[in-house]
Amino acid sequence: METRSLVTIARHSKEKLLYLIEMAQEFERHPNRKILDGKIVATLFFEPSTRTRLSFETAANRLGAKVIGFADPKVTSGTKGETLKDTIMMVSNYADIIVMRHYLEGAAQYASEISPVPIVNAGDGANQHPSQTMLDLYSIYKTQGTLENLNIYLVGDLKYGRTVHSIITAMRHFNPTFHFIAPDELAMPDYYKMYCKENNIKYFEHQDFDSHTIADADILYMTRVQRERFTDLEEYERVKDRYLLKEDMLFRARANMKILHPLPRVNEIEYSIDNTPYAYYFQQARNGLYARQALICDALGITLDDIKNDKTIIA
Amino acid sequence: MKRQELQVAALQNGTVIDHIPSSKIFEVINLLHLEKVSTSVTIGINLKSKKMGHKSILKIADRFFTDEELNQLSVVTPNVSLAIIRDYEVVEKKEVKMPDELIGIIKCDNHKCITNNEPMKTHFHVLDKEKGILQCRYCNREVTLNNVKLI
Repeated sequence: METRSLVTIARHSKEKLLYLIEMAQEFERHPNRKILDGKIVATLFFEPSTRTRLSFETAANRLGAKVIGFADPKVTSGTKGETLKDTIMMVSNYADIIVMRHYLEGAAQYASEISPVPIVNAGDGANQHPSQTMLDLYSIYKTQGTLENLNIYLVGDLKYGRTVHSIITAMRHFNPTFHFIAPDELAMPDYYKMYCKENNIKYFEHQDFDSHTIADADILYMTRVQRERFTDLEEYERVKDRYLLKEDMLFRARANMKILHPLPRVNEIEYSIDNTPYAYYFQQARNGLYARQALICDALGITLDDIKNDKTIIA
Repeated sequence: MKRQELQVAALQNGTVIDHIPSSKIFEVINLLHLEKVSTSVTIGINLKSKKMGHKSILKIADRFFTDEELNQLSVVTPNVSLAIIRDYEVVEKKEVKMPDELIGIIKCDNHKCITNNEPMKTHFHVLDKEKGILQCRYCNREVTLNNVKLI
């Protein structure tokens, strides 16, 4: 069945990504509208994710849609043994579009194949999380004025970090230079280094993390080094404090440098950095609202022209 | 002087699958669903073979398979010989070709993949036919053919 579902943006063209960024810009200009008046958006969270759910539900509500769904898988029939297919078929009777988060990888792809209404993937296990990637791209674009020729530094857990992998794939159109900063045990997997080589993406690897390493960064993308990722806890104790960003590491930074983080943060960015002009992670989360408004509308077949000529804007 | 005999009786009409490694014979039987065939099926296991030392062979009477069915064999036995028999003569020889997509044949080895948790068919894209590299359509996990498990 041909729908406009969004499962991944890994295969999106450069034009499509820039189109969605332009759409997000329109929503940032005027976030409150009635363009989805009369529509029902279902948010099915088979795995709890409060931030992502609130962001999607706010996006839908601010466009005039009504929202149904569940936030906690314990209340659904999945726990009674209902298949994903049955849940999707049931909800598609009620809603015009389904935003779903699932703990199993490939769940969104499968749902998009069986659902008569579009599916928007809000994360499927360790696989894809396209709305996060879209808001990351939008944040990079907004802060740098372009996506072209940027120095992007990825720090922390580069092995399991789904977000950093998606940034590499999405940025391949824009001639980036990547710097991977991670402990050995959480280093960027060979698969993605091969991917960089195949796509002529320049990259450098570092184990040190200090003011010199990051002096040329345009974007410093921080992630959390999680204890449960380590097989060797001694190794964790050795490296856990090595990838914390401290305010005194920023004195060589470029003026345009921005620090991004998918949140939640634990201690990997010193709190005093929040008050510097480099901190951008809270605005980044806010950009998620506009990016998700764009993704919901695109999945519903609403075009950039429709949005530019929208008469339902609430002043 | 000893009499030369065919190790397995000749087939009048049907399909012969020869040079099957003996360790793979039951997988071939499963892949082609021969348990559901109602015509006579001759199975020879551990026969002498000049080429392979020993081999197995299947002769399926009055049954002609589609290329799609036969190409599934590429997953376990890419080098078998296929012959179509009519009136005791070989009228066509075929080769097993690796298809571009493998649907409902092998398991995904990612236990967190949706295909292992939902009543549905698996689906793999064949990325590299020579090296046997496959990618799950759902979770995107890459696997190599030597490590796959059949459904």
